[in-house]
Amino acid sequence: MEAYLDNAATTKLCKEAFEVMQKTMLEDFGNPSSLHLKGVKASEYVKNARKIIARELKCQEKEIIFTSGGTESNNMALIGTALANKRSGKHIVSTRYEHASLYNPLLFLEQQGFEVTFVEVERDGRVSPERLAEAVRNDTILVSVMYVNNEIGSLNDISALSDAVKNVNPNVIFHCDAIQAFPKFKIIPKKQGIDMMSVSSHKFGGPKGCGFLYVRDRVKLSPIIFGGGQQNGMRSGTENVGGITGMAAALEAYSLNRTDYVDRMYELKTRFVKEMLKIDGVVVNAIPCRKETTTEHNGDSENKTEQNHCFENEICKSGINQNSDLEAGIRETAPHIISVSFPKAKSEVFLHVLEMKGIYCSSGSACSSNHPAISGTLKAIGVADEYLDTTLRFSLSPETTQEEIDYAAAVIREQLPTYMRFFKK
Amino acid sequence: MYKCFLIKYSEIGLKGKNRNYFEGCLVTRIKNVLGKLGDYGVYREQGRVFVECPEDYDYDDTVEALGTIFGISGYAPVFVVEQTDWDSVAKGVCDYVRDYFDSHSFTFKVFCKRGDKSYFKTSPEICADAGEVLLNAFPDLKVDVHNPDVKLTVEIRNKTYIYSDCLPGPGGMPVGCNGRAMLLLSGGIDSPVAGYMIAKRGVSVDAVYFHAPPYTSERAKQKVVDLARIISRYTGPINLNIVNFTEIQMYIYETCPHEQLTIIMRRYMMRIAEILANRGDSIALVTGESIGQVASQTVQSLTCTNAVCDMPVFRPLIAFDKEDIVKISEKIGTYETSVLPYEDCCTIFVAKHPVTKPILHIIEHSEKLLEEKIDEMVKTAVDTREVIRIKD
Repeated sequence: MEAYLDNAATTKLCKEAFEVMQKTMLEDFGNPSSLHLKGVKASEYVKNARKIIARELKCQEKEIIFTSGGTESNNMALIGTALANKRSGKHIVSTRYEHASLYNPLLFLEQQGFEVTFVEVERDGRVSPERLAEAVRNDTILVSVMYVNNEIGSLNDISALSDAVKNVNPNVIFHCDAIQAFPKFKIIPKKQGIDMMSVSSHKFGGPKGCGFLYVRDRVKLSPIIFGGGQQNGMRSGTENVGGITGMAAALEAYSLNRTDYVDRMYELKTRFVKEMLKIDGVVVNAIPCRKETTTEHNGDSENKTEQNHCFENEICKSGINQNSDLEAGIRETAPHIISVSFPKAKSEVFLHVLEMKGIYCSSGSACSSNHPAISGTLKAIGVADEYLDTTLRFSLSPETTQEEIDYAAAVIREQLPTYMRFFKK
Repeated sequence: MYKCFLIKYSEIGLKGKNRNYFEGCLVTRIKNVLGKLGDYGVYREQGRVFVECPEDYDYDDTVEALGTIFGISGYAPVFVVEQTDWDSVAKGVCDYVRDYFDSHSFTFKVFCKRGDKSYFKTSPEICADAGEVLLNAFPDLKVDVHNPDVKLTVEIRNKTYIYSDCLPGPGGMPVGCNGRAMLLLSGGIDSPVAGYMIAKRGVSVDAVYFHAPPYTSERAKQKVVDLARIISRYTGPINLNIVNFTEIQMYIYETCPHEQLTIIMRRYMMRIAEILANRGDSIALVTGESIGQVASQTVQSLTCTNAVCDMPVFRPLIAFDKEDIVKISEKIGTYETSVLPYEDCCTIFVAKHPVTKPILHIIEHSEKLLEEKIDEMVKTAVDTREVIRIKD
């Protein structure tokens, strides 16, 4: 049996996208900028896609800039606003656990003379509005916070973050990397105080090599790619007609069934998390839970509520109402990402063990020295050292089935003891 | 455009009655390598090998390919004149200078070799006369017999060959003339270089890689295949044996003292390599070891690993510093691939403080603990190996 549980890395192309893309490539293959009929036809596809996306975001069509994907959207958002607004200030605020496509452009901007404040992340994997607001100054031009963290699936309250920021400085441009969140959540940028938002197509059944940046009207942004002046000069280059059309088709298909899809993924996530917590020593990261402890104090009863950042099976065993508590906690995270730490089973090794059984997932974080990708996310949320390189990320799609989840859980339970035995002494 | 290359070889020219054999090996090797590029003619003539290029050949590709053939000390693109009468030679020399040099103002000296000793001019006469012809034809040329810009060589055989520019070849001896050896190939920097250096002495190479899934990934294996492909440009085709080593490694890990793990593992790798060598037609083993580089490469450790082999074990890098090995790996193009960061089976379970001065009888004593299952495991590992034929 096979279980593809790496949908946060990429998803299979959906049928709707494939069919319409084929048409744009074999029949209506014109260049949207051409003056003749073939060109007009191709530009219709792009226009239509723009309409679909604008309807989803309840925004104007001109507020969508098509890009080559999430990385370009993030680069354009950061570098483009920094360039266009440097006279208003040179300070940018972001967080400790952003994706590399956001973090590295920020490092670049630092070299160019901008000052970047990286705000610490709470132990439940979320960004606190108060802490974010504290970092904002009079000369802050841009704040960027991700909607859903790609490694641990924690979910930020974007409206609250934006409000907090704009209370301090209403002129700040608020950017949100929604690559893992869109369109799992219905996002209406204007309502949620989002000025710019990055989206990638292949995370929800669209093709790779495509994405868009939402830019609210009147936000000052410089282009970072120059050429023939397509898309009002904001992003030159012949539009990726096939990709754009496929992305819009995938979005339509997704948003039509959003509630079903998301509910199903939450159910599967809950099921998988519960299975994992049955295994001794296993920890599921970044699920907020409230542990209630009652202490008697001179006859007064005092209720203490303690925030905990992860679910261990210890808590499950001792907690009262643990199940409903856990389910509520999971609902406060993204429906599709599950970060699990397996003590003493090195993530790279265990990943290959699962791969041999047809289960595909990602190593949530790699921190051994001979590894290229040193991720800060797990460190940022204060995961204990021994879990840093024993963490795997499983991620679901609407197509994931209960059988796949159960199979994966069974294989993990069966294989884990063997590989814990061979942990490096 | 040159139509022909003259191939010079150094060492095999010094051979006595075996010279014919070595020349044959070189010609075969050149034919094999150039055969992939097109229809080249390769033939021998009096201590020279000539390569005749097809009509539409690519000069750069040909030069690059010849540069990978061991046994070639140098090779020169030559201008060929079909006739050997003096008028043709004189005209040929002028045509050559006119067509193949951008500037006609340089100092030169003419060298001559006659394959045909009955030719009516002696070599010094040919040199002098050819020089005169050139000076008359190109007024800006000057003779400088001590330090010429251009050393122009005229060789008179059944045709006339004129050349001036000799490119350095890789040297060594043609692959295939000195038998076959089994290379222990890991994904690191050293072992591909060791394979290259052994091949340079004319030895054909087969290889064995110890794969330990899931501790080493498919990518690590692919990396080894890629490395084998790169060195096969120099060594010719390689039979790469991929041996699943996980079970043996785990068994040693669980049974023997941890600090002896690496040394015992390496002893089993050597044993398996020797079994595979015997099954193929390899008559020696090759490793990339260098004294003192890591714990398993101290002199004491090498003694311990060496003790399990009856075959000679060649270690061409034994006295090389790491920097020097890196330089060769960069030259032969394996470095970039070698440094890709995938775990290899030696590093995952390595002890914090492995023994650096193992004593043979203690190691042998530890191995006794493995007696119950190890022979069967080795047999399984050998029998279930995967063999990939690697060709550039």
